[in-house]
Amino acid sequence: MQTDPQTLVIEAGRTERHYWHDLWRYRELFFFLAWRDILVRYKQTVIGVAWALIRPLLTMLIFTLVFGKLARLPSGGVPYPILVFAALLPWQFFSNAFTEAGNSLIGNANMISKVYFPRMVIPASAVFVGFVDFMISGIIMIALMVWYGYLPDWRILTLPFFVLMALAAALGAGLWIAALNVKYRDFRYIVPFVVQIGLYISPVGFSSAIVPEQWRLLYSLNPMVGVIDGFRWAILRGDAPLYWPGLLLSIILVVVIFATGILHFRRTEKNFADVI
Amino acid sequence: MPSIITVEGLSKKYIIDHQKQERYIALRDVLTNGAKRLGHKLAHPFAAPEDDPTHEEFWALKDVSFEIRQGDRMGIIGRNGAGKSTLLKILSRITEPTAGRVKIRGRVASLLEVGTGFHPELTGRENIFLNGAILGMSKAEIKNKFDEIVAFAEVEKFLDTPVKRYSSGMYVRLAFAVAAHLEPEILIVDEVLAVGDAQFQKKCLGKMQDVSTQGRTILFVSHSMAAIRNLCTGAVYLENGGIRLKGGTEDAIAEYLKIGAQTALINLESRKDRIGNGLIRFLSFELRDPRTKELLNSVAAGASCIIALKFEKNTSRNELLNFNVAVGIDDCFGNRISHLSNTTTNQILQCQQEKEGLIEIEIKEMPLSKGCYGVTLFSTVGGDIADWVKNAGSFYVEEGDFFHTGKVPNEGQGVFYIRHSFSVGEAD
Repeated sequence: MQTDPQTLVIEAGRTERHYWHDLWRYRELFFFLAWRDILVRYKQTVIGVAWALIRPLLTMLIFTLVFGKLARLPSGGVPYPILVFAALLPWQFFSNAFTEAGNSLIGNANMISKVYFPRMVIPASAVFVGFVDFMISGIIMIALMVWYGYLPDWRILTLPFFVLMALAAALGAGLWIAALNVKYRDFRYIVPFVVQIGLYISPVGFSSAIVPEQWRLLYSLNPMVGVIDGFRWAILRGDAPLYWPGLLLSIILVVVIFATGILHFRRTEKNFADVI
Repeated sequence: MPSIITVEGLSKKYIIDHQKQERYIALRDVLTNGAKRLGHKLAHPFAAPEDDPTHEEFWALKDVSFEIRQGDRMGIIGRNGAGKSTLLKILSRITEPTAGRVKIRGRVASLLEVGTGFHPELTGRENIFLNGAILGMSKAEIKNKFDEIVAFAEVEKFLDTPVKRYSSGMYVRLAFAVAAHLEPEILIVDEVLAVGDAQFQKKCLGKMQDVSTQGRTILFVSHSMAAIRNLCTGAVYLENGGIRLKGGTEDAIAEYLKIGAQTALINLESRKDRIGNGLIRFLSFELRDPRTKELLNSVAAGASCIIALKFEKNTSRNELLNFNVAVGIDDCFGNRISHLSNTTTNQILQCQQEKEGLIEIEIKEMPLSKGCYGVTLFSTVGGDIADWVKNAGSFYVEEGDFFHTGKVPNEGQGVFYIRHSFSVGEAD
């Protein structure tokens, strides 16, 4: 019998050859799931999408008050709200996308045990939802910069790269947790904890310039340090100078997290329906 | 005609863990077990690794092979736990086989549940798009079929109402309507027609027949022999993970019903798919003669019998008070036809036995006509569900002299007998 491309062979331990092709074929499902999550989230709220604006705005105000006014941390001549918000933007994107992606598989357990589709669609669409929120809160950033008359220069053109970095970090870490969560529900409790700690050990409320020079490289082991510093550098006209070795280290770490996340996910994926 | 699905030596193994209820593992257990094993190894470095008694292998499917040709409508029948669902899950790529291979030529759509991914907060319109996408339809395809789907489901007026406000009938209709408008070469359908009202079931069957006349292939699992008979051109009868019989629909159904008659004692201890807190667990289901207490293979219509349910008690309390037991009786199409319950007979059940007990339900005159009947067992203790085993077993009723007139009632005239008498008088 001739094997035409239509023929599908199901065998034990056979890695799907058409996986990436399938993933592409299911791109509409990806958007539908993201659309569903956004729709459902705002269906029962009174002010709807405004929540995507209010949460980062309030956090920014509190951080400015605590770190800028009370602790009087240096901002390098940048208005403190802008300094904080340039970091909050990537941090909230990462933490929301990471948390949602990590819980996404158990949240859709029913679909996984009843229908076939490349499982990666689910955490990826959760990250995409985070990305939409990120774009919405970007409006605040623009408003702040107009308010303070603080306009960016050519460095803003490098911003997409750092967005991509945050995306890869969130998806990579999210895939790891999502896959582990299917088997070990413990990770459901670990994630909020990690995110909470991460907010304080990442340079969100303060500039990473206050970290002593000899510790900077060690500090950059937190990949979000590179992402956040990159965001600040790109948005704040280089007023927040970039620590290049640290950035390089962060980039390498993000790539590692992203690649291993995909690998681990692909390896465990075929058992999801049996254990979830 | 070339075969469209080829299944060769398909097997699927599950590891059953006796320790826990949940299928997922807590990291805690992995760590403590790992530490224990390490400690054991350090203490007895040369001991052979011991078998873990809490783990048990279970072959849900074992060496199953068959072929399906294009345009076939293949029914898959078998009792609970025979491997039907596992087979469908492998064919629809939800889970991977442990051994063997399947070759499928063509686009597969599987419908193992109606309304997968339906979100209660979303409107009917939104759910049609979402569900369609989950089942593998493109947005353009859904748009093209949208009006047809809505008309089929008969929910035009409620399109913009969240489905959480739908009646269960409307919900099922909408869910099936989306699935029915898939246009794959191969359609895999699990027991989804068991839901919805009779009229809609008929409509669904009709729709599936239409689908198959267009040259598409259908794999259909059902407990409803009527649906299998109506729809399928052939059938596979699965038993304990293997094929017992493959052939014509009538042969397979006859075999299925015959086997039902032979299992007078049904052991329930190995059943895992039960619901309840386990204070009471049904161990077996038997049919006995009320006088001699002998095990019966079947009972004749009009004769008396005892349904005997052995159960175990899993509570430290000496007495089990306030517990209720019910037996649901279904016909071979899965319709509930009767319900025996100690609450309706107004009897209070008590159990003084230490560990195991026996419940006997006497049926004075079996009113059912010839055929195979399924039973569902249900019990509560203090208002909470203790044990609930759906499709726990079946029993067979033979034709009999229900009216004690020496005349056996006509076959095929209804499912049960009504005691009655005639008289003729003058017209008013």
